[in-house]
Amino acid sequence: MAEPLVAADGVWRFFGDFAALREVTCSASAGECIALLGPNGAGKTTLLKLLARLAKPQKGGLRLPAPERVGYLGHGLGLWDELSARENLRFWANAYRAPASAAETWLARVELDHVADAPVRQFSRGMRQRVALGRAFLHSPDLLVLDEPFTGLDARSVTLLQAVLREALARRATVVVSSHQIPEVMELATQSWKLERGRLQSGVTQ
Amino acid sequence: MLYALLIASALYLSRNIYILMLQLPDELAQGPIYRIFYFHLPGYLTGAACFLLTGVFSALYLRTRNWKWDSLAAAVTEVGLPFAIMNLITGMIWGRIIWGIWWTWDPRLSTALLSAAIYAGYLMLRRAIPDATERAKNSAVLGIFAFASVILTYKSNEWFRTQHPAPVLSIRTGGGTIDPAMEMMLGHNLLALAMLATVLVAIRWNQEERRREIESLRREALAY
Amino acid sequence: MIADAWKVAAKDLRSEWRTKESLNAALAVTVVLLLLFSFAFDPGAEDSKLWSGGLLWLVYSFAAALIVNRGFARELPNDCLEALRASPIPPGALFLGKAFAGFVLLLAVELAALPAFLVFYNVSLTWQAGWVAASFALATWGIAVLGTMFGALTVNLQMRELMLPVLIYPMMMPALVAAIEITGASIQRQAIPEIWLRLLTGFDIIFTALAVLLADVVLVD
Repeated sequence: MAEPLVAADGVWRFFGDFAALREVTCSASAGECIALLGPNGAGKTTLLKLLARLAKPQKGGLRLPAPERVGYLGHGLGLWDELSARENLRFWANAYRAPASAAETWLARVELDHVADAPVRQFSRGMRQRVALGRAFLHSPDLLVLDEPFTGLDARSVTLLQAVLREALARRATVVVSSHQIPEVMELATQSWKLERGRLQSGVTQ
Repeated sequence: MLYALLIASALYLSRNIYILMLQLPDELAQGPIYRIFYFHLPGYLTGAACFLLTGVFSALYLRTRNWKWDSLAAAVTEVGLPFAIMNLITGMIWGRIIWGIWWTWDPRLSTALLSAAIYAGYLMLRRAIPDATERAKNSAVLGIFAFASVILTYKSNEWFRTQHPAPVLSIRTGGGTIDPAMEMMLGHNLLALAMLATVLVAIRWNQEERRREIESLRREALAY
Repeated sequence: MIADAWKVAAKDLRSEWRTKESLNAALAVTVVLLLLFSFAFDPGAEDSKLWSGGLLWLVYSFAAALIVNRGFARELPNDCLEALRASPIPPGALFLGKAFAGFVLLLAVELAALPAFLVFYNVSLTWQAGWVAASFALATWGIAVLGTMFGALTVNLQMRELMLPVLIYPMMMPALVAAIEITGASIQRQAIPEIWLRLLTGFDIIFTALAVLLADVVLVD
């Protein structure tokens, strides 16, 4: 089997003395889509934060692609309301060392090129969600970390997200996604990781 | 064991107070008020030592990520602050009698007050952060900044003239300006107060560790 | 690193320019305080040249608290701070960019309010103007770096607006004292003691270095 793109080896993460992740060992290769499951408080968000480099493991090893090869979409949109959609995407393209043309491509892809210069503040919720999708995907990341992207998404955004996720998997990106709305995830997932009280239960491959 | 040491240091302190109040003569120029100095200087030294340790323990925490250093940093700051305040208050009382004013905006006085304010801010920040990991990390960073700031302020004050009395201890002056019996007494009281501070730090350290355990258990209980 | 810092600063300045939230608030506070202080201290008094430099920097420090508070707080809506931390922009660059944006905004407020001060208090800063300008830049940078650092430390707190002034005012004391002394010396047409410029430079170097070194600790893990 090929070298895994993402690998956690006995990872621990604490809040005080409370272990949010206990000896988590897992790995994912290119082209896999992992559904991260488990009840609230099981450590899903903590694990995704480690994968997105928002936190470091306190014990154990973690292997990740270079930061500019990772895309992250959390609960927040990660957009500035005062800036236009174009300015927002240009900033993120620049930050992820992608060409400015990537911003233009994705403006068209999320079907917002006709309002690209209006401040995001004036957009509807669904439009803002689509800009945020563009932000997470515009640098064609090898690893996509999605923390409950389906909660609160409108129907058009869900369809779009599923389409871009399929494309990403087709170009052999790895996706790790947590969601409470199981059907949409399960459609794409090739593997699932189940967290229970900070421990990873044995993986179930679909 | 700790509480035995606490009682021992309290007894030692009582013995010192008895001797310095009833057995040592008044100072020639200042009269009885000079005795306040037996608390003023040890208060300063103990407070300063505690605050310096806050910086050291903060750096050690960031380096090792060992909880011990975080608890110790919290403990020394909390114990150091009352000693620094004792230094300020005894100084004010002395100033009222000798200078005729409670306070003067002298660099040494300002620095002492400023350090107390900075470390009071440190303790406030600790209280404001609920998560232990974040609290330890952020207060350690603040501890290092506070250290740099206090050193910088202290150094900049050496460039000014001060109306604060010059150092009297023989180690600073090369011998001579203070009566040996009085210096001896000063040593005894410094030792007593330092002992008291050490015991208090140990007690607070212990409590801080327990507190973190309780917080974590509470979190664990509420998590599922 | 510098390029990344510049991206962040440019983004911050652009979004601030769109709303002018903290610029307007800081400028308004500055002018109102200058007016209020004129009732507390008679600007026509003989000794006004002795204390008006101190008054100016006190007013500036109030404006500074408003501006640096916005630095990281502006990333809170939409979880932008999280998105920035997950991006390849190094924490040190993110921090420097924010400090630089704060520096530019604070300096702009200071310069905009300066004519009001000169007119209200009937003083002039033309004496040793080069050194005065240098001290403005150095003190403002020091305040911006320190304020941005403490803004980052307190950004997740509910009582952020309350904690920040408590922490930054005592810490920025050396820079404020130096700026007050230099401004005062210029107003009184006296020689500017070199020691204050050295203190300001030392302050800036120490706190910038510490902030960049510790940015990684504060922003990640």
